[in-house]
Amino acid sequence: MGKNIRLLQGNEACVEGALLAGVRFFGGYPITPSTEIAEGLARRLPLVDGTFVQMEDEIGSLAAVIGASVAGVKAMTATSGPGFSLMQEHIGYAYMAEAPCVVIDVQRGGPSTGLPTKVSQSDIMQAAYGTHGDYRAIVLSASSCEECLLYTIKAVNLSEKYRTPVVLLTDEVIGHMREKVEIPDPEELEIVDRVKPEVPPEWYKHFEITPTFISPMASFGDGYRFNITGLTHDEMGFPTAKPVQIKAKLDKLRKKIERNKEDICEIKTTYMDDEPHVVVLSTGIVSRAANQAVKMARQKRMKVGAIQLVTVWPFPDELIMQYMKSCRHLIVAELNQGQILKEIERYIDKRHTKIESLQRYDSELITPQDILQKVREVK
Amino acid sequence: MATTTKKPEQPSNVVHKYLRAKKTFPHVWCSGCGIGIILGALIRAIDRLGLPKDDIAVLSGIGCSSRLPVYVDFNTLHTTHGRAIAFATGVKVAKPKLNVIVITGDGDCLAIGGNHFIHACRRNINITTILVNNHIYGMTGGQFSPTTPYTKRGSTAPYGNLEHPFDAAKLAIAAGASYVARGTVYHVGQLTRLIADGISNNGFSLIDALSNCHTYYGRWNKEGDPVKMIEWFKSHVVPAATADKMPPEKKEGKWLTGVLHQEDKPEYTENYARLRAELKKK
Ligand SMILES: Cc1ncc(C[n+]2csc(CCOP(=O)(O)OP(=O)(O)O)c2C)c(N)n1
Ligand code: SF4
Repeated sequence: MGKNIRLLQGNEACVEGALLAGVRFFGGYPITPSTEIAEGLARRLPLVDGTFVQMEDEIGSLAAVIGASVAGVKAMTATSGPGFSLMQEHIGYAYMAEAPCVVIDVQRGGPSTGLPTKVSQSDIMQAAYGTHGDYRAIVLSASSCEECLLYTIKAVNLSEKYRTPVVLLTDEVIGHMREKVEIPDPEELEIVDRVKPEVPPEWYKHFEITPTFISPMASFGDGYRFNITGLTHDEMGFPTAKPVQIKAKLDKLRKKIERNKEDICEIKTTYMDDEPHVVVLSTGIVSRAANQAVKMARQKRMKVGAIQLVTVWPFPDELIMQYMKSCRHLIVAELNQGQILKEIERYIDKRHTKIESLQRYDSELITPQDILQKVREVK
Repeated sequence: MATTTKKPEQPSNVVHKYLRAKKTFPHVWCSGCGIGIILGALIRAIDRLGLPKDDIAVLSGIGCSSRLPVYVDFNTLHTTHGRAIAFATGVKVAKPKLNVIVITGDGDCLAIGGNHFIHACRRNINITTILVNNHIYGMTGGQFSPTTPYTKRGSTAPYGNLEHPFDAAKLAIAAGASYVARGTVYHVGQLTRLIADGISNNGFSLIDALSNCHTYYGRWNKEGDPVKMIEWFKSHVVPAATADKMPPEKKEGKWLTGVLHQEDKPEYTENYARLRAELKKK
C-alpha cells in the first residue's frame, strides 16, 4: 500500500494523532488558536464511538477529561493561554490522582488575553510549574504539522504509561499552517494502554507503590471500588495526615518521572555529528528556522549544529550535555524572554561554553536569517 | 417514575452494608451534623433500588458534605471545590451504565461551582445531585454562602448578610433540570424517597437537602443545638403538593418540600448514543 499523505493544518494533525492514539473523549472550550482541534474531534469522535462535549469553561473541560479517564477512556483537551491558566487547578488534580490525560496548548502571546492570533513560546515555564505543589511534568513540543500528529500520539502514550497528565505545546503558526503530513499505518503504530490490575478487587490499591512507582489502574465500573481524592492520600486512595505516607506519595510522583527520564526525554539534532563549536538550541517552530539556518551556514562552510527539544520537561539535560564538550557557543533561540535560557544555564559550565540568547516576543517569528546573523556574531 | 423495589430492611444493617467501615472511620463530621442523616438516606435509597455497588459512582467537591463519598463502598471520586459535576459529566459519558451521584454543599454547588451546575441542568445529563444545603460554609469555619438567608450571620457577615440568597431548586428548574425536589434532615423517609426518585430519573436531578450546621450556622445565629435545629425544619416546611391550596400567610417563611418539578425530556448521553447510531447508518 502506498503512503497515506495529506495536506493538514497542525491542529488537524493533532486530531488525527488523537484518534490514532485511541482518544475517545474530548472535553473543551473554544479558544483561538486551538479551536480547530475541538471542531475536528466534534466531527470525528461520534464516528468512532467516542464523545465530544463542549464544556462551559476550561476548568470544567479538564474536569470532564479526568472524569472520563477515571472511567476508563483515553481523554484529552486542547486550549491556549487563558484557557491553559484556567486548567492549572485540574492539571494539579491529575498529577495527584495519577489520572492519564493530555492537554494540548496551542501557544499564543500573553500574559492575559494577550495576542490571540499571534505566535509565542511563552508557556514553557507554566507547562512545568503552572499548578501549585511539588510534582514532575512531562511536556512535549512540536515543530511541524507532522510532529503535531506524532507527538499527540506520543503524549497519549506517555500519559497512559506513567499515569500522569502530559502537555503538548504547539503554537499559533504550527496550529494554523498547512503541511504535508504522512498518516501512519495504524498497524505499525505503537499504542500504549494503561496497565490494568491483575489482582482481585480485595487486594487492589489504586495508588500502590510499586518498584517502578507506576501503579496498575482499574476504572470505575470494572468491579474495583476505590477512592480517588485530590487530598494527599495513602496507597488505597484515602486521605492521610501521616508524614511517612505523605512523603511516600510525593516521592512517587517525582520518582516515576525522574527515574524514567531516559525513556521520556527526546531531542533531535541537525549537523551535530562533527562536534560543532556553535550550537543552536531551540524548540517548536523556532527549530524549523534553526535547522534552516544551520543548513545555510554549512553551505558557507561554517561548522554549526542545532538541537531541538522534543521533550521540554523533564528537561533533557543529559541528552544536551553530551554535545556540550565541543560546544563553545550555545545560542538559545526562543519566542519568549528566556524561559529555556534560564533552565539551560543551570547545567552549562560558562567558562567553557558561552551562552548567547536570541529572543523574540514581539509576535513575529525568529527567521533563519536572524539565527544566521547571530551565528556570524559569535564566530 | 422511580418506585420502591425492595422492602426496607432494618436501617442500621442496611447502612453498614455500604460503608467502608474499616478503612475510613472515624469520620470528620461534628456529632449531630445533618450530613450523616443524608448519608443514611442516600444508602437506603440505593438499597431500595437494588443497584449493584459496582454500578454506582459517587463524586463530590470540597466541603464537609463533600467528604461523604470517602465513607461509602462505591466508585468514589472526591474532586476539587465546585467542580464535581463537571468531573461527573466525564464519568457519565465515558460509562453511561454507571449511576452517577454528586454530593455537594451550598458553597460548592452554587458559588464556585454554579456554572457547572446550571450547564449540567441544561444538558439534562443523567446525574443525580444531592445538595447538602446548610446555608453556610462549614469546612472553612462559618462564612456566609449563596444560600445564607438575608440578614443572617456568619463569620464573614458578622453584622448580618447584606446579600440575598439563591433558591437552588428554582435555579435548577430554570436551567433545565428534569427532576427537582427538596427534602430536609428531619423528614428522612421523604428524603430517602426523593433521592431514590432522583436516581431513577433519566436526566439531571437535584435534591435540595436542607441540613443543619449547628457548629457554625447555629452558633452565629443562636439557633441552638442539633436537635433544636433539626426540629425547626418540622415546622418550617410546606408540602409542594398541597401548597397551591394554602393561603399565602401560611406559607410565609417556609420551604416547599417534595417534588417541585418533573418533566420528560431527552437525556444527553442517550442523545449522543442516538447520534452515533444514526451516523453509522449513513
Ligand atoms: C479553589 C478553592 N477555594 C477555596 C477552598 C476552600 N474551601 C474548602 S471547603 C469551602 C466551603 C465549603 O462550603 P460548602 O460547599 O457550603 O460545604 P460545607 O462545608 O458547608 O458542607 C471552601 C471555601 C478550596 N478548597 N478550593
Ligand atoms: S462544621 Fe457544620 S457542616 Fe461541618 S461537620 Fe460540623 S456541623 Fe456539619
